[in-house]
Amino acid sequence: MEALTTWWTELLGGNAIFTANTLEFYWNGLTTTIQLVFLSLLIGILLAVPLAIGRGSKHPWIRMPIYAYTYVFRGTPLLIQLYLVYYGVVFFEGIQESMFWPIFREAFYPALMAFTLNTAAYTTEIFRGAIKNTAKGEIEAARAYGMSKPLMLRRIVLPSAFRRALPAYGNEVIFMLHASAVASVVTIMDLTGAAYYVYARFYAPFQAFIFVALIYLCLTFSVMFVFRRLERRLLAHLRPREG
Amino acid sequence: MKQRPITLLLTGALLGGALVSAPVSAQDSVRFGIDVPYEPFVVRDADGELSGFEIDLGNELCDRAGLECSWVEQGWDGIIPGLLARKYDAILSSMAITPERERQALFSLPYYNTPSVWIAAADRDIDITDRDSLEGLTVGVQRGTIRDVYVTETYGDVLDIQRYGSSQDVINDLEAGRLDLTFEDFPLAVEGIDFRGDDSPYKQLGDSIKTPTSIFGEGAAIAFRKRDEALAETFNAAICEVYADGTFDALMNEYFDYDLSTRPSDADCADYQ
Repeated sequence: MEALTTWWTELLGGNAIFTANTLEFYWNGLTTTIQLVFLSLLIGILLAVPLAIGRGSKHPWIRMPIYAYTYVFRGTPLLIQLYLVYYGVVFFEGIQESMFWPIFREAFYPALMAFTLNTAAYTTEIFRGAIKNTAKGEIEAARAYGMSKPLMLRRIVLPSAFRRALPAYGNEVIFMLHASAVASVVTIMDLTGAAYYVYARFYAPFQAFIFVALIYLCLTFSVMFVFRRLERRLLAHLRPREG
Repeated sequence: MKQRPITLLLTGALLGGALVSAPVSAQDSVRFGIDVPYEPFVVRDADGELSGFEIDLGNELCDRAGLECSWVEQGWDGIIPGLLARKYDAILSSMAITPERERQALFSLPYYNTPSVWIAAADRDIDITDRDSLEGLTVGVQRGTIRDVYVTETYGDVLDIQRYGSSQDVINDLEAGRLDLTFEDFPLAVEGIDFRGDDSPYKQLGDSIKTPTSIFGEGAAIAFRKRDEALAETFNAAICEVYADGTFDALMNEYFDYDLSTRPSDADCADYQ
């Protein structure tokens, strides 16, 4: 034990990289990453629910634009979308004078917008698949009870679709967390941005990136834990009976 | 006939001894390794000849040193290994002095250093020397460069620093209006930003900046093999000379309209008077 403590103190004593200053960079990066991912997922899911319902509509004027949207945003890399929103938007004539400029001037909001549109597209398709897989019998039973379409959607289709979508949506959350690393290319000091900074400052790529990889791992495990608990609770009726 | 290894070794030792014992001063020609092209420092003409600022400067230095010069083209990646492998005797190829390179090679006095420059939109009224007035302004720099280090260390507490992956990204956001300022390498700025004309949309703020050398480095120098100290001294003397008699400035003005000189101090040149 004593050997371990001396080893540990020596390791920290000879450490010139992970000072309070750089740790603060990582901490700020962590909060930025969580803000960015959490907000884009939140807005994304709010957009995705109506879009997923519309995606199954009988009217092609509702169905097709939503299909085109998810097709484009799932068919192109997030990095390209981010570049288009961040650098592309300034080519609109007069944007600098418009009321939107305070939003687009910052790097955070264009990134949030790109991430939101991206995750909304994926989440729409996840929900769409879950809605489509609703058992025919449940719908027929709801009809037999004389439920209107909105009521049926609210009471029968959506609750069971959300449950079915849960595992796939958990994956989307983790993908989004990892994809958020591209935010650093538009000057956002997220976790990856902090790692880049430490790398460039100390010429120590291994230490800088291994540390940030460990933080991402911890975040991923937390997300997985939460979704595991949610699944246990919400999908309890699908588990085989114990005892 | 098969040579016996021992004879080979002996012959080799004799020849090698003869080469090593020959004094360096007897050397009357020098081969320079250079990475082509790097406009306007070196380019290859339509007729295949090398020309440019570094070629002219190198030939001038050789004249002063009384040496015959030739040029060997070498890609940047292999330029120090090529020196150590004796493909040429020195590197004169805009090589900045760094501690890592100093472990491998012996550097002359620096002969030039490109300045860095503050740039802002022409209609902005920013006084870069007044720190308090900079509070809240946004500056863009390329991440991990000496400019990044300089801005972080000297203005980190007042300016909001945005770091980009490439110089082009900085310029894009300056033009987009996201940045109030940029701090850029002068040659890169000349290439990418219109800031030197009378009605240019951007302007330079204050003087060009080359110091402190702890951040900006000492500049580009000629690299020799570590053992060739006498040769390096010869070229140091030549560098002092071209600076002292104005030849360097004349050459520089031929190729550049800004100042990239690093005049060696009198103390540096004292030994060569």
